[in-house]
Amino acid sequence: MADTRVYAALLRAGMAGQATYRASFAVELVGTAMGMGLDFVEIFAVFHQVPSIAGLSFVEVVLVFAIASTGFATADLLVGQSDAVIRHVRDGTFDVVLLRPLSVLGQLAAADVQLRRLGRVSVSLLLLVVVLVQLDLDWTPARAAMAVLAPIAATVVFGALFVAAGGIAFWVVDATEVTSALTYGSAYLAQWPTGVLTPVLARFFTFVIPAAFTGYLPALALLGKPDPTGLPDWLPWASPLAAVAAAVAAWLVWRSGVRHYVGAGG
Amino acid sequence: MSEPGNTRREQEMTVEIEDLSRHFVVRRSVGRLRREKRVVRAVDGISFTVGKGECVGYIGANGAGKSTTIKMLTGILVPTSGRVRVCGLEPVRQRRELARRIGVVFGQRSQLWWDLPLAESFRLLAAIHRLPAERAAARLERCVELLDIGPFLDTPVRQLSLGQRMRGEVTAALLHSPELLLLDEPTVGLDIVSKEALRAFLAAERAETGTTILLTTHDLPDIERLSDRVVVVDGGRVVHTGTLSGLAAEAGVDRVLTVELTAPAEPLGDVPGTRLLSVEAGGLRQHLALTGSAAAAVAAVSARTELRDLTIAEPDIEDVVARLYRRAAATRSSTVD
Amino acid sequence: MRAGFRRYAIYRRATLAGAFTNTVFGVIRVSIFFAAADAAGGSVAGYDRAALSTYTWVGQGLIAVVWLFAWTSVTLRVRSGDVAIDLGRPVHPIAAWLAEDIGRAGQACLIRFIGPLLVGGLLYGLQVPTRWTTLPLFLLSAALAVVVSFGGRVLVSLIAFWLVDVRGVLTLYVLTSNVLCGLLVPVHFLPGWAQAFAYATPFPSMLQVPLDMATERYGDAESVALLAMQVGWAAVLLAVAVRVFDRGTRKLVLQGG
Repeated sequence: MADTRVYAALLRAGMAGQATYRASFAVELVGTAMGMGLDFVEIFAVFHQVPSIAGLSFVEVVLVFAIASTGFATADLLVGQSDAVIRHVRDGTFDVVLLRPLSVLGQLAAADVQLRRLGRVSVSLLLLVVVLVQLDLDWTPARAAMAVLAPIAATVVFGALFVAAGGIAFWVVDATEVTSALTYGSAYLAQWPTGVLTPVLARFFTFVIPAAFTGYLPALALLGKPDPTGLPDWLPWASPLAAVAAAVAAWLVWRSGVRHYVGAGG
Repeated sequence: MSEPGNTRREQEMTVEIEDLSRHFVVRRSVGRLRREKRVVRAVDGISFTVGKGECVGYIGANGAGKSTTIKMLTGILVPTSGRVRVCGLEPVRQRRELARRIGVVFGQRSQLWWDLPLAESFRLLAAIHRLPAERAAARLERCVELLDIGPFLDTPVRQLSLGQRMRGEVTAALLHSPELLLLDEPTVGLDIVSKEALRAFLAAERAETGTTILLTTHDLPDIERLSDRVVVVDGGRVVHTGTLSGLAAEAGVDRVLTVELTAPAEPLGDVPGTRLLSVEAGGLRQHLALTGSAAAAVAAVSARTELRDLTIAEPDIEDVVARLYRRAAATRSSTVD
Repeated sequence: MRAGFRRYAIYRRATLAGAFTNTVFGVIRVSIFFAAADAAGGSVAGYDRAALSTYTWVGQGLIAVVWLFAWTSVTLRVRSGDVAIDLGRPVHPIAAWLAEDIGRAGQACLIRFIGPLLVGGLLYGLQVPTRWTTLPLFLLSAALAVVVSFGGRVLVSLIAFWLVDVRGVLTLYVLTSNVLCGLLVPVHFLPGWAQAFAYATPFPSMLQVPLDMATERYGDAESVALLAMQVGWAAVLLAVAVRVFDRGTRKLVLQGG
């Protein structure tokens, strides 16, 4: 569609705005990669004390971490600033977005793309490859497909969380911190086996906020391991479907948010 | 009227507004616990149309509802009730399609990319509207020439003066040759030179391309140059429609032409298009109320005598509106009696 | 000090939201620790379940009090030149800022400390102190932790006198401190060499030490020794900060800033 060329142009414009501060950009790249190191240190430190968590070994948990981290970082790169909506509304620069013959979300995403997240994206991907090689898995065509789809599904799920948070921001202006807590909390949780949580919470972060589908469940599929909490064996393979469902739900929340803005007069 | 009424009805109106209203609910905390609800009727049942190729001035004082109307026309705001169609489309529902057919200039807000050079904004907009390269270049060149924006095409928008920025905004709005151009207080805060340049450009543009224009302002000279018709709005309601001179006449407020002559002259009581108000300094300075075009009156006066200087005093929009109300009230009370 | 107290009281909604964030992260963290404890047969690195829960929830509560996040108050003042106003006051700016920070910390105690602690405690249970000395030791240690944290933060912020863009340095500081202060995991989880390295820095004094008081990890004598360590770090950091500040302002004055 010709529109993609337009979004590419907008993307370039957004990036041009960011790259003007090149020195600090390099620092930010390193900074986000180091932030990821922090989470890794936590995993390392815990496994320095115990051999397994919720039935998974150190390398296996790193697999979970790598998939989830790749997904989160990519989503953050693309739509991480969708709750910057509030900033636009306050500055009065949101109306302009409505005046253009383009989708609102597409414009915001293109304009606010967070290039500095590239640091974390690349390190996560690298880690993912290293872990997959290290694990010496029993490769089948299905597992190979899952290895490719899992990070994509993770990206979609986290993207859905960001977009939904943005949509909610239209309704409740001060909700940003609460939605951030849930989004970033889900990202934190997604790096660990969901089984660490109590059953109620584990189900919540599987079926309400599909955090489990961003790392833990795809990892189970790849490892060929059953879920200790008793979830069905086919569920991990449904990760892409969960991602689609999350995307649809987020889109509806976003649309209702924009409608609310137009209806209330901003 | 050059066009018979039924022809206009057959043609599709570019802008159709019927009984349009927009209410805002304002909540205020009274004391510690209670909250008071107040309904602000920003726009309260207005109706008017703008035909293809027309230029209509939408005047009113600050807070009269002009900007709210424009927001509803562009799809940024949903009406509380009533019907609005622009270029045959519903603004909110068909926002993106509408955005391709109209151009908007907001006096208070910018549609350009703040950190990038002006030329880059035009390039982006050309891409957004999928304009072929030659067409975009041709449009740009025309605007560069008429609005003299060439010198600052490479300056980041945030470094431009208000006058320069507004010229850029108008160029941007017209880049894709829209059917309808909406301008919301485009001349606010501009110096006289920029105002004139803008007005001249819009007049020339209209003459050449027949673009329909709807212009809101509380500055009457904006209208004088461009509009066929005016719609006056106050308190969210239309209080008058008609021509500008008709407006002044209706309101009974005069535009006053003050002429300073090189030598005292006889009172200029019979200059066509004027009405003598007063004479000062033995005929050296005379005040004439304009009943027609100012240019014609000046020409007529200079035909009779030599002018040294002249000023034109515009009626204040608030005065005009206030007088319209008083007249309307007077008419109402007299009919009641 | 009262000014700091009042200013942060205004942001009540923000603090409630912040408390919510701390609670969410606390839930996840304590769950991970519990899983670790289970995998290790009941206790890990000298912490049993109750201790881990206490560690997590007191820790989550203390984060906002001790302020382990990015902190830009001083860099902004230096950048904007407002620091000149601080110089005009009778009290040394470092002391004034310290007082303000203590006020802020006090305010944070109300919602952001008690909030997560209450919720987490109710949901996950807390370790009941067995000695009467635990509470006073903890309170003292926590107060000292605020001062040590302030010392570290202000020292890093003073880089603003020499560097144009301090963001990179600040980020590095926050990341390092989060690892070494015991926020992510107790310092005692780390390998031996890492622990030794950590205790050579002021960071454990910002969080790990008060948390160890709360979980009664050490006896009274050792606890007092740790308190002394905190006092030592506080003194060192503040002294260095004052020296650096004076040099920085001299530079400003010389440059006519």
